[in-house]
Amino acid sequence: MSSAAARSLNFADRLLSLDRLGAEEMLEQAEGRQPLLLIEELIVPALEEIGHRWERGETALAQVYMSSRICEELMARFLPSSSPERLKQPKLGIALLDDYHALGKIIVCAALRASGWDLHDYGRMTAPELAEQVIEDQIGILLVSTLMLRSALQVKELQARLTAAGSQTKIIVGGAPFRFDPELWLEVGADATGNDAAEAVRAVARCMEEFSQ
Amino acid sequence: MKTMTSMERVMTALSHQEPDRVPFFHLLTMHGAKELGLSIRDYFSKAGQVIEGQLRLRAKYRHDCFYSLLYGAAEFEAFGGEVIWYEDGPPNSGEPVLKTPADILRLEAPVPEEVPCLRRMLEVISGLKERCGDEVPIIGVAIAPFSLPVMQMGFPAYIELLYEEPELFKRLMAVNQEFCVALANAQFQAGATTVCYFDPLASPDLIPTELYRRTGLLAARHCLNHFNGPPCVHLGSSRCLPVIEELAALGAAAVGVSALEDLAAVKAACKGRITVAGNLNGIAMRRWSAAQAEAEVKKAIAAAAAGGGFILTDNHGEIPWQIKDETLLAISEAVHEWGRYS
Repeated sequence: MSSAAARSLNFADRLLSLDRLGAEEMLEQAEGRQPLLLIEELIVPALEEIGHRWERGETALAQVYMSSRICEELMARFLPSSSPERLKQPKLGIALLDDYHALGKIIVCAALRASGWDLHDYGRMTAPELAEQVIEDQIGILLVSTLMLRSALQVKELQARLTAAGSQTKIIVGGAPFRFDPELWLEVGADATGNDAAEAVRAVARCMEEFSQ
Repeated sequence: MKTMTSMERVMTALSHQEPDRVPFFHLLTMHGAKELGLSIRDYFSKAGQVIEGQLRLRAKYRHDCFYSLLYGAAEFEAFGGEVIWYEDGPPNSGEPVLKTPADILRLEAPVPEEVPCLRRMLEVISGLKERCGDEVPIIGVAIAPFSLPVMQMGFPAYIELLYEEPELFKRLMAVNQEFCVALANAQFQAGATTVCYFDPLASPDLIPTELYRRTGLLAARHCLNHFNGPPCVHLGSSRCLPVIEELAALGAAAVGVSALEDLAAVKAACKGRITVAGNLNGIAMRRWSAAQAEAEVKKAIAAAAAGGGFILTDNHGEIPWQIKDETLLAISEAVHEWGRYS
């Protein structure tokens, strides 16, 4: 295992054990490095490790939530939201689609911010409200979180409204219905899905590549 | 073997013996509204309608229980929460009601019989009991004190409370335990055969087991010790196998199994101790053909039916509104065809 991989594993362990000081210490040791390099070498691999452990049933969602909050807070110091190094293009948005269960959205939001992204959090919206906002704000990539099946199915309407308005916005979906039915994201017309925060970060990167082609 | 009543079939399975065929539960709530041609909100507004809905659903699908759950958010409603109604899905809990520590400190347990939606649920149980006596098990539901705060507070705030505010957590559990026990016992009193203790947060998918053992497990032990009837335990769609020893020690008669789990492995771990109930994937079921429904039923029976101790059902504890009647009928046909023990 490379020393960078070992460091990211160690960072993931500290986050999952809620060792805020330990995680902070590791970031301080890396001070002086370019924030985006730090993200690439330490933060993203650590988030991926946490996502894998959750998928394998080795860590709980409560730990994923607490670790993502710690990670977001620490990275805000190294890469403040006003930093010109923040990834701002294309514009990213995230929303809870006609659903009241915000945990998944908060975790993904924190992971993306810790990974250097700036994103607009729309909170909870219905499909027509969200489509209108996304078009007005010229959002390039929209992440949609759902818990209930009926909310997941609303993505169809969201996609139809965006398409009808000529929007090129990419939609990435996540949440329990998509986890239990691996074909659902295709059925509702999403561009990608992510079972955990790290997969959502990777899906954003893939959509970015498509934009740059 | 003579044909058993649903009650005989389920009780035989629960005693880890083979009945005439695999018992199966279609845990249907909203589908009763379809049968009666009513909106979901209207349907749940009168106990008589829900009783009629449950009777029609059982006559149509020939499953082995009545399900007296109206909707999960009813318990949130009991604590003053707003319920959001939809035309095509279960009512959802709205904004959290516990927003500050003071809200928790002044929280009091509602009396189930004084809350209209819970009183209706009790009327549904007594009405079904009146019509079917001891022929069909009536499955009640009580949300665990440990899991109810997801609605009361919102999940993120509750996780933070769990980790950072042990005294407030203790206070919240005391109130919720009182409510849970009162609600379960009111259901037993009304005629419920079992009350399903619904505790998704017991799963290591959501809460680390080490934390669960010193929090939610204590609440579960307290509640189940005070239930005046036999409990079952359900973790929603979350995995149960890693905490199966803890659940067995609680004395649960049956446990719900996630579609994410190996049913045979859970059965092996539970054998002779807890009946396993599962684990048809209620979300993927939406796109099943009749042939696929049959294949899924056969797969589950092959994995867990031998020796009894198995009830075929969905993995979540409530079949989504979007599941077509044809699929539910195909599941029923398959279990009647392939679930015979002799």
